[in-house]
Amino acid sequence: MSIFKYSSPAMFFPLAGKLLPWFSALAVLFGAIGLYLGLFVAPEDFQQGEVYRIIFIHVPAAWMAMFIYLVMAMYGVMALTLNTRLSAMMMEALAPTGAIFTALALWTGALWGRPTWGTYWAWDARMTSTLILLFLYVGYIALINAIEDKKRADKAGALLVIVGSVNVPIIYFSVKWWNTLHQGLSVSATAPSKMASIMLWAMLTMAIACWMYAIAISLVRVRAIICERERDRILGQERIRRREPAPGSAVASL
Amino acid sequence: MSTAPHSVQPYESAGFAAERGFLVAFARDARLAVRSKGEVVQALAFFVVIVSLFPLAIGPESALLKRIAPGVVWVAALLSVLLTLPRILANDHADGTLEQLALSVYPLPLIVAGKIVAHWLITGLPLALLSPVLGLQFGLESRELAVMFASLMLGTPVLSLVGSIGAALTLGVRGGSILLALLVLPLYIPVLIFGAGAVEQSMAGIDVSANLSLLGAILLLGGLVVPFAVAVAVKISLD
Amino acid sequence: MIWEGATALDRSAASMLLACDLRLERGSRAIISDLSFSVEAGQALVLRGSNGSGKTSLLRILAGLTLPDAGYVAWRGETLTALSATWRSAALYLGHTNALKEDFSATENLRDALLIDGLNVTQMAQLSALEKVGLLDRRNVMARRLSQGQKRRVGLARLALSLTHQSCKSLWLLDEPTNALDEQGVSLFTGLISAHLDRGGVACIATHLSLNLASPVKELNFDAMGEATQ
Repeated sequence: MSIFKYSSPAMFFPLAGKLLPWFSALAVLFGAIGLYLGLFVAPEDFQQGEVYRIIFIHVPAAWMAMFIYLVMAMYGVMALTLNTRLSAMMMEALAPTGAIFTALALWTGALWGRPTWGTYWAWDARMTSTLILLFLYVGYIALINAIEDKKRADKAGALLVIVGSVNVPIIYFSVKWWNTLHQGLSVSATAPSKMASIMLWAMLTMAIACWMYAIAISLVRVRAIICERERDRILGQERIRRREPAPGSAVASL
Repeated sequence: MSTAPHSVQPYESAGFAAERGFLVAFARDARLAVRSKGEVVQALAFFVVIVSLFPLAIGPESALLKRIAPGVVWVAALLSVLLTLPRILANDHADGTLEQLALSVYPLPLIVAGKIVAHWLITGLPLALLSPVLGLQFGLESRELAVMFASLMLGTPVLSLVGSIGAALTLGVRGGSILLALLVLPLYIPVLIFGAGAVEQSMAGIDVSANLSLLGAILLLGGLVVPFAVAVAVKISLD
Repeated sequence: MIWEGATALDRSAASMLLACDLRLERGSRAIISDLSFSVEAGQALVLRGSNGSGKTSLLRILAGLTLPDAGYVAWRGETLTALSATWRSAALYLGHTNALKEDFSATENLRDALLIDGLNVTQMAQLSALEKVGLLDRRNVMARRLSQGQKRRVGLARLALSLTHQSCKSLWLLDEPTNALDEQGVSLFTGLISAHLDRGGVACIATHLSLNLASPVKELNFDAMGEATQ
């Protein structure tokens, strides 16, 4: 039996249930280690003091924001070319997590910006393109919720995310271009001259924690989506497993 | 009067040419626009009104107005095009002719391309032609006016192209027009940046060719790829 | 016989239109399930059933507009994918909307429909078709000022003209074509269908009327699905 059997939502549902505790545990574990390393082990930054510690959540969140959109685009290609329902459901499950990470990256960026740059918001290339990424997430979520027919919503959302992902590099490049054009307006970040390796380790651990969290939470969400849409099918299989007849059917079980 | 045998010939037998689909769709939409000139004029009037609101909101200080002129004109152009996007596909969807177009013997991407070009001709082109007049109100010099015109000529087709993807995805969806704006406006940002940027650079006396070339590149890329994406989106929406 | 211009179609394929185990879901509900049928050349498939029973959905599947969740449709032994070129040249679909531009006259609408179908029709032939469906004196009136029945008749003119060409548009998919038609319009329509079937075409018609057709008719009742499927 190949792994492809799990591309059916009804087959994936129990698998997701089995995987869920593992990813949750990993998320908690890495999160605990990462926070311990970041908050207690890593030394104070000689320029920024304690404030810099927000990067242990800010940077992983920003990475995940971008990464989840790319994963969604990948699922989108699968949904449109292979016509697999599960990929579209995964997109729908990932989108809120991606949007939350994007919002978190912006929020923590603002909180970090205030003490270091002296302003909550600067029209810096990265911040601006992250904001636009948030718009793309919101657009996707709005579109799939506005279309009543789920099959159409899946495909339309897939196409939108693919178009969006083609646009992301163009948007990033254009915003960077725009930013250099208006040099005087922007504040350039004073990057830490040399990052202590323990800081890097703490950040990577936190990134893995965020990653595991994203997987765990989207497994929860995809299970909910499968329940919602495929209730009849799953119940049917349960019945087959338990050898129960469908309600109202006159067929006697063997 | 009776139909003579073979008075009807499929184009196939008379040298079928797929590219005719482009012309058929283009001519049809252009004729439709001529029938409803009012809508074309309304979009233009909207453009003028939006641009005129800014001096009223900000004040008549000419140096400031000149500084914001490129952005104001470009944002107004963006919004005007946005309002006309339903013309590309939504009307045809409502009266059932979109299904007929999808079932046409001609390839759907070519038909869609014809419709997009027609849309640009009746919205983007008039906006670009009108822009120098509005630029004058903001005190732009002739060179800057020329750059603004050129940037709109290169940029507005991209607005029609990218917008038609959103228009196709939101066909028949409740709350369609706001949703359409939400989907399309973020994708318009590069065009806005390069378009307004070109005018600003000309005001600063910098060479504008880089920005205009980038707009041209986006236009070429979009022109090649977008009709296929729109065709897919139309099929999704008709399913 | 008023449709003497009709040209014969190739009847070689054993069954022209074949549907196999079709299934279509909307939401969590299956509108169509395990539906199989075949239609031979010169045969009509009449779809019956109450509103919302799936007639339109089936016609849209046959037109290639909707992708079934399971099963397939074959035309002349060739399995068809959604909106493939073969499908587009074979199928003539008249939906429940009239597919007319309100700002165009009957003549313009007919000409556009033919152009979109890729048919090169002389102006004489178009006029004579409009005359046969009784729209000659209303031909330059904007569609928005035509009555419902007259709008339907523009579609009939399109059917009449598709009768006269050989290779394509041999599969007619008609969704409630007799809606809003008066008695004379219905008999006009019946004549068209007969001519189409006589020349070896296939027609799938969703209708409430009982059509008086000489040709063999297969009925598919959506209200009693399973009993009618053969």
